[in-house]
Amino acid sequence: MTLASKAPTTLIRTMVFALLSAIFLAGSLALAPAALAEDGTEQTELESNLVVSGTLIADGVKLSGVSVRVVGADIDETVESDSNGKWEVAVPLKADYTISLDLSTLPSGVELVDAAGSELNVKESDWLTSTSTRNFRFVGAAVETTSLTDQILQRLVAGLIFGALLALASVGLSLIFGTTGLSNFAHGEAVTLGGITAWVAGTIYGMPFPVVILIGLAVGALSGFLQNRFLWTPLRNRGTKIVQMMIVSIGLSIVIRYIYLFFIDGTTKSYTGGLSGVIAIGPIRLTQGSMLTFFMAIGVLLLFALFLTRTRVGRATRAVSDNISLAEASGIDSGKIIQIVWILGSALAALGGILLALYRQVSWAMGFEILLLIFAAVTLGGLGSAYGALLGSFIVGILVELSALVLPADLKYASALFLMILVLIFRPQGVLGTKQRVG
Amino acid sequence: MDFQSILFNAINEILSPTTAAYALAAMGLAVHFGYTGLLNFGQAAYMLVGSYGFAIATINGWPFFGAVAVSLTLSLILTVVLGIPTLRLRADYLAIVTIGAAEILRYVITTTGMTNVTGGAEGISGFKGTFEAMNPIPEGTYNLGTIIINEYDLWLRITGWSLVTLVALLLFLLMRSPWGRVLKGIREDEDAVRSLGKNVFVLKMQALAIGGVLGSLAGVLFVLPRAVQPGNYATTLTFFIWTILLLGGAATILGPILGAMTFWVLLSLTQGILFSLVDSGLIEFMTVTQVGQIRFMLVGLLLMLLVIYRPQGILGNKKEMSFGV
Amino acid sequence: MSKESKATQKSLIGDLKPSPGVKKVDPILVADGVSKRYGGLQAIDVAHVEIPRNAIVALIGPNGAGKTTLFNILTGFETADSGDWSFDGKPLRGKAPHLLPKMGMVRTFQLTKVLGLLTVMENMKLASLQQIGERLLASLFPFFWRGQDKGLEVEATDILRRFKLLEKQADFAAGLSGGQRKLLEMARALMTHPKLIMLDEPMAGVNPALTESLLDHIIDLKKEGMTVLFVEHDVAMVRKISDWVIVMAEGKIVAEGLPDEVLKESAVIDAYLGSHQDSDLGVATGRITLPSTAKSTRSSK
Repeated sequence: MTLASKAPTTLIRTMVFALLSAIFLAGSLALAPAALAEDGTEQTELESNLVVSGTLIADGVKLSGVSVRVVGADIDETVESDSNGKWEVAVPLKADYTISLDLSTLPSGVELVDAAGSELNVKESDWLTSTSTRNFRFVGAAVETTSLTDQILQRLVAGLIFGALLALASVGLSLIFGTTGLSNFAHGEAVTLGGITAWVAGTIYGMPFPVVILIGLAVGALSGFLQNRFLWTPLRNRGTKIVQMMIVSIGLSIVIRYIYLFFIDGTTKSYTGGLSGVIAIGPIRLTQGSMLTFFMAIGVLLLFALFLTRTRVGRATRAVSDNISLAEASGIDSGKIIQIVWILGSALAALGGILLALYRQVSWAMGFEILLLIFAAVTLGGLGSAYGALLGSFIVGILVELSALVLPADLKYASALFLMILVLIFRPQGVLGTKQRVG
Repeated sequence: MDFQSILFNAINEILSPTTAAYALAAMGLAVHFGYTGLLNFGQAAYMLVGSYGFAIATINGWPFFGAVAVSLTLSLILTVVLGIPTLRLRADYLAIVTIGAAEILRYVITTTGMTNVTGGAEGISGFKGTFEAMNPIPEGTYNLGTIIINEYDLWLRITGWSLVTLVALLLFLLMRSPWGRVLKGIREDEDAVRSLGKNVFVLKMQALAIGGVLGSLAGVLFVLPRAVQPGNYATTLTFFIWTILLLGGAATILGPILGAMTFWVLLSLTQGILFSLVDSGLIEFMTVTQVGQIRFMLVGLLLMLLVIYRPQGILGNKKEMSFGV
Repeated sequence: MSKESKATQKSLIGDLKPSPGVKKVDPILVADGVSKRYGGLQAIDVAHVEIPRNAIVALIGPNGAGKTTLFNILTGFETADSGDWSFDGKPLRGKAPHLLPKMGMVRTFQLTKVLGLLTVMENMKLASLQQIGERLLASLFPFFWRGQDKGLEVEATDILRRFKLLEKQADFAAGLSGGQRKLLEMARALMTHPKLIMLDEPMAGVNPALTESLLDHIIDLKKEGMTVLFVEHDVAMVRKISDWVIVMAEGKIVAEGLPDEVLKESAVIDAYLGSHQDSDLGVATGRITLPSTAKSTRSSK
């Protein structure tokens, strides 16, 4: 196959990738401003939204699709409860409201404890915070209205989103391992950094979403650069063994995590970017934020894939990741490559943190909580392989979400960890890694 | 600033039963890592198993030594489950696997489905009875100079530290023996030891079992003065034990003991000093809760500095220090 | 061939002609059809080879011929794709490496594996088999193993003296020079009382003065009834002490015989001295046949 005949194929592939990533990124950015175009006040702070809400649960079963009507202060709105049984209505003032339940929309077998109590009230004086919650009390088990296929679909989508998020963090970890041999236990803190940045820039200072993204990337990149410059490169030059460096990264993660806790305290914060509206696609319900998370993550990952395969620096990165001495022998400045890996890897992790903030909440340990999942994703796919990290992340994401169907919710993460252990035992090189003698 | 109370609090850490528990756990880790080169990052799991085994058995009416036996049995089971598939893994892979296993165990124990057995997220309390009943010390308060304690606390300290001393003696005998010699060889180069006819796998399992049993005993000692709370067995616990081990000297017998004492004294001192500075208004940018967080920051920093600048710790021999890969 | 050589050859292979894989009168190690591939490379392809008992056998060949790989396979440190091999009649395939020393088979490594964080004496004592003190429970009571340990010390002292390492007995093995480490590894192997001792490049890095006495040690081993199989590049050394030479190239056995005879053979010369420098080594091993064979120049010996 001559070079001439190869060129058009690679060119086409490049263009397809570029086009795809442009579509994803454009699409995700298109979603964002729409949420902000409302009025002058940025709706990024939950405190400025007054909400009447509640959760409908009967004997532990969440009731979805039930109609709730809120009347008062010039508004008359009817909403349906979501798959978690939650319903909410935004209201303009702290005033009196009447909440009534449409009994015909209750699932069969479920009744109010007090048959006459199909109406609840919120008084003006009841408004202490920006949310007033009223819950109806029920008896009777409801028949699960969502079919199993619908649930599986919903979980699958959630898994894809979570996986995309994990991928942003995992890719960096995998490349850092590949180029320097370090199992970086402080990578979770890079994710948290993104989340905290989102909260500070977005929720506290009310900056628009694209700006938050840019700030997050910059902060992440800077942290990666500083870490490599002042800690990891000097340690490598001293000849520190990788096990020692791993323990150093453990110490570092503790220090950074508690610095975060010190400055932002232990409560969870939220960052919505004004994207909390719910979109329904068929039986699947997503928030705008989740949708955005997914498209943005995919877009960035495609871009990154392009970078790795089509740019000189990207190829050099893969070379160093594969065999550092050989790469150096062919003239690649491995020190520079490692620096780029740290900067990009940390920036991507920070982006993952921003999106995680959208998808869940912000907390001082948000990255640490998923650190083991990131490790699971990276080992599954193959330590040192960026594509492996991608593949592994989606597997872990989907596994975690699907396992919630069969396992109790608080064991979700355990299933992914268990898979990671199995992989390390039976196929330590992961799905895409090359077989090396381990042990 | 009440210097005396700050000082006394720090001194009290030296012989506190919690320090003894940490010393015991660190001694177990010394067998794993210091002597055999196993990168066990799941020592919290052994402590968890020890604590829960003892507490659950006691609550269900088992006598004291029976409950301890339950802890030890669970510990051995964990060793088998953990060890058989993982002992041939490379060092950093073993670290990741053991952390993962410890977290899985913690999730399983905390899950709401298990609340009947394990108390779920709330934990277990009320299992001191059998131990208390064994206390020969007459009721009353005892003044140890820097602290006044009751007879239960005194009994706990005596048993705890006697256990630590006994274990130290046993480890001393073990490590000086040909068995200990083979372990040291394994730590450095398994293939070399294999080529000399030693069954490396069995030996590593034995080391894992011994270190694990010590970890579980530490778990029992750890909960006797308090309640069993699952939050205590997170990875942070493992990291504390590692810091203690590296601080004292990983491949020594007295290192873990000295490390535990030094660690807790240091933490107590810094906390005490910072507390009063904040309390008295001399430091304004911190709250009292934040002082507790500084404690963790210091631990992390200590771990980093130790590994970079003095991996052999206080008592270790630099020549003997081996981080393997 | 001298009269002695003829006698040696007869004692080893009887009336058979020397050829790759020739059967031995009294083999201690027999291997059949051993093969191993690494991806696209056939690393080992040994149809048949037998090591004669109580002889000093040299395994020679260019780098990459597969000598160490063969060692690794025979001693269980690597798995073979196919084949069977046995020691003293007992099958070895699939046996874990740590079981071999008990059977009487021990090896050293090309890149020495002395335990640097142990002292020289500890290295020596470690090697001994059947130590009571290595059992977990017994180890707690010095009473049980003290005596044996003392005995081991005496034995080790004797061997260390022979190898001129006695002054170093209390030093950490990491402090030894490269050549001294080779000596220690050989000395250590002797503590297992082997019947067959396999040395992987025992002379590499050892200073010439010491080499002489080492060669004498190896001859002593034979006198004590052991079989020695060693890998070496030093042709002079091979000529000096070996009874039998086996030549490997590209994973195959290409020649076997008395040292003087083998070293004359064209295939061997080609492999080592490169008369076929311009063509693939495969021409010499028979892997490749050239369309027209040009007569090669042979140096007469």
